[in-house]
Amino acid sequence: MRRAAAVLTLAAGLLAPAAAGALENARFEHPEKLEIGVSTDEIAISSDFRGVDLTIFGAIEGYDPDLLAQGKYGVVVALEGPKDDATVRKKERFFGIWVNRHSMTFELVPESYSLSSTRDVETIAPDGELNSLGIGIQHIRLSPTGYFGDGSNLTEFRDAFRRLKEAGGFYQRDPGGVQFISASLFKATVRLPASVPNGTHMVRAHLFRDGVFISEKALPLRVMKTGIEQMISNAAYENATAYGIFAVILAVVTGWIASIVFRKD
Amino acid sequence: MNVFIILGMGAAVGFLSGMFGVGGGFLITPLLIFYNIPPVVAVATGANQVVASSMSGALSHFRRGTLDVRLGVVLLLGGLAGATAGIWLFSLLRRIGQLDLVISLLYVVLLGAVGTLMLLESLRALRRAAQNRPVSLRRPGQHNWVHRLPLKMRFKKSRIYLSIIPVVGLGFAIGVLTSIMGVGGGFIMVPAMIYLLRIPTSVVVGTSLFQIIFVTAYTTVVQATMNHAVDIVLAFILMVAGVIGAQYGVRIGQKLRGEQLRALLALLVLAVGARLAVDLVATPGDIYSVVSERIYR
Repeated sequence: MRRAAAVLTLAAGLLAPAAAGALENARFEHPEKLEIGVSTDEIAISSDFRGVDLTIFGAIEGYDPDLLAQGKYGVVVALEGPKDDATVRKKERFFGIWVNRHSMTFELVPESYSLSSTRDVETIAPDGELNSLGIGIQHIRLSPTGYFGDGSNLTEFRDAFRRLKEAGGFYQRDPGGVQFISASLFKATVRLPASVPNGTHMVRAHLFRDGVFISEKALPLRVMKTGIEQMISNAAYENATAYGIFAVILAVVTGWIASIVFRKD
Repeated sequence: MNVFIILGMGAAVGFLSGMFGVGGGFLITPLLIFYNIPPVVAVATGANQVVASSMSGALSHFRRGTLDVRLGVVLLLGGLAGATAGIWLFSLLRRIGQLDLVISLLYVVLLGAVGTLMLLESLRALRRAAQNRPVSLRRPGQHNWVHRLPLKMRFKKSRIYLSIIPVVGLGFAIGVLTSIMGVGGGFIMVPAMIYLLRIPTSVVVGTSLFQIIFVTAYTTVVQATMNHAVDIVLAFILMVAGVIGAQYGVRIGQKLRGEQLRALLALLVLAVGARLAVDLVATPGDIYSVVSERIYR
């Protein structure tokens, strides 16, 4: 009896890596591949920028015509802004006044996020799959830094973060934004918000077949603000001390000129 | 941000500061906050604007020689140390998310106290004027506890022999206020120099302006370096509107009666403080807020 159990364990031990390998291969064995293209990898925007729709073209290669006809393929295209830590704070009444009393910082979350899909992402793949890929506003990875709470307010802060980002127009979704223009050719519309963050954004496209993720493709997109306002803003960050000294000189000269112009004699 | 509203704000505050001979920083910063400029930017930009508004006043004192440079330098040493400590505190408060609250609280306390004192003082003066008694300036006594402190130094221009402890201490306190509130602090420094340090009135204003220019200039540079919070365009619009407004303020101020004007300014100061207090107590539209590191870019 004991011997039989040992043999069984051994067999299982031998089988497990093989099975995992097979699963991995299955991922790569999908004949479908996703291709996307953007007309430019750099966008220059001026200070009067009010947001713009960006069209991304893509194609599914090696698709199965039957599955395509049945609408079994789901495409999700996301435009992710540069990532930064974000802190959510919650106010509470304290001796009559409203004070920030609780906070949570999420590690490296995109400053902006625009999602476009063939249909509502929740119906394209199960929640578990979306969570592990971080696709969809409800599924973006929001991991708190240095967090030792009981987890009960984690949901509360995550929900507040998503709500504030959506209300501010930084996070958007368009569950019909990906449209097939021929059998396997599609175009996706993502939105660059008015207050778009400067920096390198990522266009990420994911292909699902019957709720299973099979292929992805990513392209960088550099967003560069131009114009005098951005030049000033860059100076304030990159040559901060010189900027400060210049601000003082400007003030001294303004005050000095005023005292000459308005001299009472 | 509407340029004309900022111009109007700068001109109005400049007008008042010309009329009453105050710097105006303590009105500019709250107004900017009411206009939804982030308090971090409002404070740092306010300090920058004060450099310009103090400059023309200081120049005329420099020309007439109505300042005590030695006293000013001692004040300035305290002021620079205070501003350094203040900016450190400012950055700390910003990191832990309590900066906006502290700025508002300090303004409520300061505007409330200054407004109340001014109102009482001007009402007393008005009553005296109504009774047809001459308005007499309170004659400060010759000595108080301040004059018993050690480390004395002779200030020839002011003709006083004074411990440097209260002078450095006063400069330090004003420096902290400059960096956290974006004010020059003249409205506290002038009375403190007259009533506490017993410095002759003739050199008080010039000496305080001397210290204010250097402390606000230093604060501007450090705020720009550490917090990237100085908005040079906003500051420039405020400066230009302010210095022009001040000229008209001075002219109108000379034609009107002082006590009534002071009572009006007191009411205005109290109103601004009350509005800030209401904002602290009223239930906010959203109890949550989100900031990312680059939000002010």
